[in-house]
Amino acid sequence: MFDRISDSFSGAIRKLSGSGSISESNVREAMGEVRDALLEADVQYEVAEAFCDKVLKDALGREVTKSLKPGQEMIAIVHRRLVELFGGDPDADQQPAPPGIMKMSPGPTIVMMCGLQGSGKTTTCGKLAGLLKKQGRSVMLAAADLQRPAAVEQLQTVARQANELPGGAQVHFYAEPDKVAAYGKAVGVAVKVCQNAVKEAKAKGVDVLILDTAGRLHVNDELMGELGQVKSLLSPHHIFLVVDAMTGQDAVQSARSFHQRLAVDGVILTKFDSDTRGGAALSVKEVTGAPIRYIGVGEKLDALEPFHPERMAGRILGMGDVVSLVEKAQQEVSEEDAKKLEAKMSKGELTMDDFLKQMKTLRKMGSMKSLLGMLPGIGSMLKEVDIDEKQLDRTEAMIQSMTPAERSRPDLINNPRKRRIASGSGTDQTQVGQLVKQFGMLNKMTKQMGSMSAGSKVAAAQQLSGSGMFSGMPALPGMGGKGSTKSASRGVKKRKPKRR
Amino acid sequence: MAMFRGVMDRLKKGLTKTREGLVSSLRSIVHGRTLDDALIKEIEQRLIQSDVGVVATRELIESIRTDAKAGKLTRGEHVIDHLKREIKAMWPEADRSLKLAPSAPTVILMTGVNGVGKTTSIAKLCAQLRGEGKTVLLGACDTFRAGAVRQLEIWAERLGVEVVKGQQGGDPASVAFDASAAAKARGVDFLILDTAGRLHTQAGLMDQLTKIRRVVDKQIPGAPHEVLLVLDATSGQNALRQAEEFGKAAGVTGIFLSKLDGTARGGIVVAVRHTTDIPVKFIGVGETPEDVEPFDPERFVEAMFAE
Repeated sequence: MFDRISDSFSGAIRKLSGSGSISESNVREAMGEVRDALLEADVQYEVAEAFCDKVLKDALGREVTKSLKPGQEMIAIVHRRLVELFGGDPDADQQPAPPGIMKMSPGPTIVMMCGLQGSGKTTTCGKLAGLLKKQGRSVMLAAADLQRPAAVEQLQTVARQANELPGGAQVHFYAEPDKVAAYGKAVGVAVKVCQNAVKEAKAKGVDVLILDTAGRLHVNDELMGELGQVKSLLSPHHIFLVVDAMTGQDAVQSARSFHQRLAVDGVILTKFDSDTRGGAALSVKEVTGAPIRYIGVGEKLDALEPFHPERMAGRILGMGDVVSLVEKAQQEVSEEDAKKLEAKMSKGELTMDDFLKQMKTLRKMGSMKSLLGMLPGIGSMLKEVDIDEKQLDRTEAMIQSMTPAERSRPDLINNPRKRRIASGSGTDQTQVGQLVKQFGMLNKMTKQMGSMSAGSKVAAAQQLSGSGMFSGMPALPGMGGKGSTKSASRGVKKRKPKRR
Repeated sequence: MAMFRGVMDRLKKGLTKTREGLVSSLRSIVHGRTLDDALIKEIEQRLIQSDVGVVATRELIESIRTDAKAGKLTRGEHVIDHLKREIKAMWPEADRSLKLAPSAPTVILMTGVNGVGKTTSIAKLCAQLRGEGKTVLLGACDTFRAGAVRQLEIWAERLGVEVVKGQQGGDPASVAFDASAAAKARGVDFLILDTAGRLHTQAGLMDQLTKIRRVVDKQIPGAPHEVLLVLDATSGQNALRQAEEFGKAAGVTGIFLSKLDGTARGGIVVAVRHTTDIPVKFIGVGETPEDVEPFDPERFVEAMFAE
C-alpha cells in the first residue's frame, strides 16, 4: 500500500545517487518528484509541501551534496522526518510501545468509536474486541448506530464472531433494537442507549465497553451534537476516529471537524490492505495531532495491528519491517518448537511434516505477499511477483498425500509413488517431482547455514539475499512468476538494503 | 424525473457547507486579482485539494498558462470560466441514462469497495425506478458482511419491493442465479443485484464478480446490462485503481458517485475521467432514497466551483 510512495522515493533517490556529482539543484529536483509522489498518494497539499520543505532544509543543512553516499544520507533524513510525521520520536533509540487501551478500576474502560459512513466502524469494533479478548480482557459491544438499516444486527453478528476468537475473556453485546429509526429520526436516542450500556457493562463487570456509533457527516450539526452529548455524559476514556485509508484530500477536513468537536485521542486506519498509497494516514496525524493507534489489514476480525511510526517509515522507504515479522512469528511459534526446528535444520534433517507445519504457521500469520513485503528490499519488487496462494494449497495437498515414511524420507519417492501422490492431490507428476527436488535443496542449504558461526550466518544471509535466498523463496513451491523473480533478484543485489 | 428538482438545491446546500471556513473557495481566492504565478500556484493547490489529481491538475494548469501567455486570461475571475469550460469538455455529450435490455428484465449489477454505499445507492435507484412506475426485484448477493442482507431487506420493505436472498456465507453467484430466474419468472422490469464490498486487490473476490456476470448471462442472455461501480466522493487517487480493476473484472459500464453531500467535492471523477472512458451516471447526495440525481457535467462543474 505505501509501496508507491516508497517507489517514488527510491526513484528520486536513485536519480540522486546516479548523477555522479550532486548539486543543490539535483536535490531540489528530486524533492519536486517526492512532492508529486506524496500528492499522488493523497497526502494533503500543505502537509506534503511542509514535509518537502523540511527535508530539503535538512538535506542542504547537512550538506548531502558533499557526502560520499548522498543517497543513504537522504534516506536517513527522509526516514527521520517520516517517523516524525507519523507521530514517532526520531531521536529515540527505542520507540516506546504504542499505547493500548487503558485499564480502569473500577471498570469499564469506555471506548467510543466515531467516523464517517462506510469507514469501517462496526468491523473495527469487532476487531478491537478480538484484540482485547486475546489479552484476556472482557468486552461489551454496544450498538449505538440506530440509523443505518441492520447496523444492530451487523454488530450482533460481529460480536458473536469476535467471541469465537481465541482468548480467555467473553465478548458481550448490548442493543436496544426497538429504538431503531430511519436516518435523522433517531437523533439523541443513541445517548440514552449508551448510558444504559454503561450500566449494563458495570453490572456484568466487563473490562472494556466499546460504543459503535452511527456514521455521520462532519457537517451534520445535529448528529455531531449527539456525539458531543455522549462524550459529555459518559466521558469515554478513549475516543477513536475511524478513517478509511483510501480517503483523499477530504480526510483532513473531516478529521479536523471530528477532532474539534470531540478531542479525538486516537485514529484507527482501515482498509490498509488495499493498494491505496495511504497518504491520508500521513496527513491525519499531522492535522489532528492524535496518534494513529491501529491499522486494519483485512476483512477477518483478527486483522487489526498496532501502528508503529518508525516501522511504517521504514516500510515506505523499502527498509522492510523485520521487527513486525519477528513479532508475528513469536505469536505463532513457541520458543521450544523453534529450537527443535533449528536443531533439525542444522543437521539437514527437515522432514516434509516439518515443512508442512512451517508452511501452515506461516500462512496463519498472513498472506505470503504481506509477509514478504516486510523483508528489506523485497517490498518494491513484489508487484512483479505474482504469488499464487492456490499453489500453496496444492503443495499442502501434495504433502498430505504422502505416506508418513515418504514425509520423513522424501528420497523414497520414486516415479510410481509420484504418480500416486499426484493423483491423490489432484496435481501432476512433474509438480510432485519439483516439490521433492526443491525440498532436497532446502535441506542442503539449511544444513550449510547450520554449520556456520553466528557471525558468518548473518554475513551468509546477507549474501544469500543477493544470490537468491529471498528470491529463491519465490522459487519454492507456492510462488509463481519465476521469470520475474530472476530480475527481482538482481534488483536486490544492486540495492543491498541497509537498515538504519 | 420531477423528483430530481430540489435535489439540486440540496446538492448546492451540501456544497455550500464547504464554504463555511473549511477551505476558502476558488472563487474567493481569484476575486479581484491579476493572474500571476502566485495565483496560479494557489489555483493548483485548490485543484489538488479537490482530489483532481496531480496529472489532471498539471494539464489544467498548463492550459491556464498557455491561455494566459496568449493574453486570453488576465484576471483571476476569467480562470473560473476557463476551468469550468475545460472540465466540462472532458464529458462530451453522451448517453448517460441507464442501459435497458431489449426486453425486460434489465439487470443492474452494483459493485464497489467496502463502505462506499452500495446498498444505499441501490435503495436510491430502486426508489427512482419505482417512482417511474417500474417493477423492481432485488438480489442480495452480499453473503459475506454481517447484516448486509438484512440491510437490503429493510430498504426493500420501505420501498415495497421483493428481495431474493441466500445463506449468510453462501455462494453469491448462486443467489445471482436464483434472482435472475425469479426476475424472469415474475416478469419484473428491473433486477438490481447487490454485491459484497471487496477491495480491488483481492484477486479471488474479483474473480467472483466475473463469475456472477457469467451466471447471470446464462440465465438472461446479455445480462447484466448495466454494471455500476459505486465510488465514494471522499475517496482519493485510489479510485483510479478501483475503476481500472473493477472495469477489468466486472466490465463496469457506469459510475455511481456517492456521498457528495459532505465537504468532498468529488474532483476524483475528473481524475477518473482523465484515465478511463467509464461515464458517470448518477450522483448520491444524502441519506434518503430520494437523494439521487443523474450526472450532469454542467451542473456538476457549477457545484464544484459554486460560491
